[in-house]
Amino acid sequence: MNLDSKIPTGPLSAKWDNHKAKLRLVNPANRRKYHIIVVGSGLAGAAAASSLGEQGYDVSCFCYQDSPRRAHSIAAQGGINAAKNYQNDGDSVRRLFQDTIKGGDYRAREANVYRLAQLSTAIIDQCVAQGVPFAREYGGLLANRSFGGAQVSRTFYARGQTGQQLLLGAYSSLSRQIGAGTVKMYPRHEMLDLVLVGGHAKGIVTRNLVTGEVRTWSADCVVLCTGGYGNVFYLSTNAQGCNVSATYRSYRRGALFANPCYTQIHPTCIPVHGDDQSKLTLMSESLRNDGRVWVPKTMADCGKDPAQVAEADRDYFLERKYPSYGNLAPRDIASRAAKEACDEGRGVGPEVGGRRLGVYLDFSASIQRLGESVVRERYGNLFDMYENITGENAYRRPMRIYPAVHYTMGGLWVDYNLQSNIPGLFVGGEANFSDHGANRLGASALMQGLADGYFVLPYTVADYLAGVGLSGRPSVDGVEYRDVLAQVNDRVNRLLKNQGKQTARSYHKQLGKIIWDECGMARTREGLTKAISDIRGLREDFWKNVAVPGTGADVTPELERAGRVADFLEFGELMCRDALVREESCGGHFRTEYQVDGEAKRDDARFAHVAAWQWAGETAEPIRHEEALVYEEAQLSTRSYK
Amino acid sequence: MVKDNHSHSADSVLNLRLRVWRQRRGQPGAFEEHALQGVSTSASFLEMMDMLNEKLVRDGKEPFAFDHDCREGICGMCSMTINGMPHGPLPGVTTCQLHMRNFRDGETITVEPWRARAFPVLRDLMVDRSGFDKVIQSGGFISIRAGSAPEANATPIAKDVSDAAMDAAECIGCGACVASCKNGSAMLFVGAKVTHLNLLPQGQPERDRRVLAMVRTMDDVGFGNCTNQGECQAHCPKGITLDVISHLNRDYLGARVKAFFSSTGKARRGGD
Ligand SMILES: Cc1cc2nc3c(=O)[nH]c(=O)nc-3n(C[C@H](O)[C@H](O)[C@H](O)COP(=O)(O)OP(=O)(O)OC[C@H]3O[C@@H](n4cnc5c(N)ncnc54)[C@H](O)[C@@H]3O)c2cc1C
Ligand code: SF4
Ligand code: FES
Repeated sequence: MNLDSKIPTGPLSAKWDNHKAKLRLVNPANRRKYHIIVVGSGLAGAAAASSLGEQGYDVSCFCYQDSPRRAHSIAAQGGINAAKNYQNDGDSVRRLFQDTIKGGDYRAREANVYRLAQLSTAIIDQCVAQGVPFAREYGGLLANRSFGGAQVSRTFYARGQTGQQLLLGAYSSLSRQIGAGTVKMYPRHEMLDLVLVGGHAKGIVTRNLVTGEVRTWSADCVVLCTGGYGNVFYLSTNAQGCNVSATYRSYRRGALFANPCYTQIHPTCIPVHGDDQSKLTLMSESLRNDGRVWVPKTMADCGKDPAQVAEADRDYFLERKYPSYGNLAPRDIASRAAKEACDEGRGVGPEVGGRRLGVYLDFSASIQRLGESVVRERYGNLFDMYENITGENAYRRPMRIYPAVHYTMGGLWVDYNLQSNIPGLFVGGEANFSDHGANRLGASALMQGLADGYFVLPYTVADYLAGVGLSGRPSVDGVEYRDVLAQVNDRVNRLLKNQGKQTARSYHKQLGKIIWDECGMARTREGLTKAISDIRGLREDFWKNVAVPGTGADVTPELERAGRVADFLEFGELMCRDALVREESCGGHFRTEYQVDGEAKRDDARFAHVAAWQWAGETAEPIRHEEALVYEEAQLSTRSYK
Repeated sequence: MVKDNHSHSADSVLNLRLRVWRQRRGQPGAFEEHALQGVSTSASFLEMMDMLNEKLVRDGKEPFAFDHDCREGICGMCSMTINGMPHGPLPGVTTCQLHMRNFRDGETITVEPWRARAFPVLRDLMVDRSGFDKVIQSGGFISIRAGSAPEANATPIAKDVSDAAMDAAECIGCGACVASCKNGSAMLFVGAKVTHLNLLPQGQPERDRRVLAMVRTMDDVGFGNCTNQGECQAHCPKGITLDVISHLNRDYLGARVKAFFSSTGKARRGGD
């Protein structure tokens, strides 16, 4: 298979402009005759659906929550990057590009990343015009904060609720189009499959989560903005409903899945506290601006009250190991350093399963320097949330944090137009693989979702539609639709009729443990090989023994859960397989066999490429394709934050 | 809430009796009683509900359906009335952020859906809140096409104005305000959105149309009238205050007066 990334020719800085000028347009009078399906109403989906609606297309947008406003983007806390250089501290499009490429450990596509940096500034303009109440300085102009992996202040924020405010902005534009009739919104609908006609994506199958109705929809093209697959780990910072089903089902229909092993473990989350826990909570990375990370130098001090550990007996390990970035070292590096400290037995907090898995994030120096009220203004809601969950007051006592799964860089393979290898199937936001390489820098997912939705997809989708013309939409009664519908119904019925005794959640937990242990912060050949066979065993067990009560003809939460877990049980294997073949360490993918002095050892000669997996059938092993990463401007170098 | 600054808050376990609402769409509902043992005080309320549901599934019974997603107090999806209080007894938190350390061993806990005419029950603890979306669709936005925005710093906004807009914008659209109000009024929710947008310079051009349209839709979709009970403020997990209702009333009256004069003005001109 030829993976044509369709990167435009010409110098990096002119590629997008030149390309846009060549993209075909659809006559305004014809736009309403094209039906576009957008699955997802997060930043990427809401921005794409509203922008396409504004242009006059007939858009249908789907989400599984009861309102598009609740997509998982709502939970993003810290901020969004943009190369505005309002701080006059040396920022520029080129520097944001370089930071992002380097942060991704040279495993992202250069042209995409450059475009992202270019579009970043227009995103801030757009959001401010929508009424997003970003933080401001006393002079009335926009404020910025610093984030990991950068030495400039380019992050825009709205208290600790940046994602909420950006999503409510996108949701308001989407609502305006729904009111105007250009977008039809279908909340509480879950996409269960993709329909191809003549090799093009021409529709989907959904289940109505209230009535249970399973049905097909036809369209001229399909845009997936269904978010990331972090919940394959069971415990993650993602919302409960986040799933891989929409992208994984599309993979089974022929879309390539790129770099599934690239997942991000975020260093600052509240540690696991017990067995019945259902999720992990992120404490925004912005806290690392004013908090200092430490553990006791010796194990003997680990059980003590932190106030009783003398300054000289504390190991501020990030400041020690990475003096130039200190507590703002990138996420993968900060997470691994915390894991190492705890693996050495120097973790803090209550013992869970016989180990202390936590490090301190200490604000006492900042409180002394700035006063408690300033710290409260910056992070008050995060401190409150921490207290709700742990019962501890972080103004008085250092927070305890530990890494947790947070984001997935892998996703469906797309070309420069954000089109997958299936014509007519576009993928935006966290669901695609495109811009973050092997590690995402903080505050750049929001940027990417909105860039894709507001400023890339509206152009590239139009180009596709102009190419296929108006005769492109097949009737929903066609055999292709009926076939996929029958297959989806079979699967739903098989789950409902299963006479098992085990809950879907219990399988999800077991899968999560395998993936966390073997495909988490440190991965080995033996571990991954074993994980693959363990997952297969678990999958077989699932289909024999899972219990799904309910008829399916109504709200049936266990059916939803079982369907998602079934897909994770297949996808988890693909993830481990990808990690096994990538015999190098890069970004969030750390193979214990490949390191120098504890730092990741990349192998550019063998692995400077995107791995894109093709489904080959139920019993055959998937096929791995490679897209070489060609760097015209960035200099591949060893990432150093020392 | 921190009892002891020198040790980590100690976990213990609770044995509970739960009275949980069961209902199918369009049919009458009733409480079902269940005993649940061994609930950790560090679990969240929804994790406790998960434990109950897991037990039911293992026994071959249907679990209770409830809405939830982020489980960190921001998506606004969770919606349980706990012991008669929307989002439970702790002020300023959503159901998902309520933790079991706020309950006592042996306690009986009653769990119901939001109760409001405009929020019909879909199943068990799940209700239909689409009325909120309809209100926003009628005017809860600033009309700005992607690509047509001016430079972000072209319009400075005083920090206190921007902060006040942000205070109102923190609403998560959960509906506890409606559920806590004996009239089922949505004034706190609508007031929060109107205040957020009408405070900002960007919101001025559509200020009047916005408030008129949103209030009309609010009435059309079946939310009740506000009689200044203040229950909404007491149960709002995001600290939205009654100030937003005053703001809404002010803007609404202003817009009505202007609309009246401009229509009589037109009538006069037309009559000349
Ligand atoms: C706690 C947390 C904090 C974060 N903080 C930051 C931050 O500060 N800065 C930053 O840049 N990034 C942050 N991120 C990452 C960022 O929020 C996400 O990557 C981004 O919001 C994803 O947006 P999206 O539009 O791609 O997907 P989402 O917002 O996840 O939306 C997915 C949409 O798809 C729908 N959907 C999914 N599956 C289906 C299906 N099968 N059928 C129908 N609909 C479906 C959902 O209903 C939803 O509408 C954070 C992430 C988390 C978890
Ligand atoms: S005003 Fe408060 S209670 Fe009402 S919807 Fe908003 S957050 Fe919920
Ligand atoms: S589940 Fe999101 S606010 Fe409670």
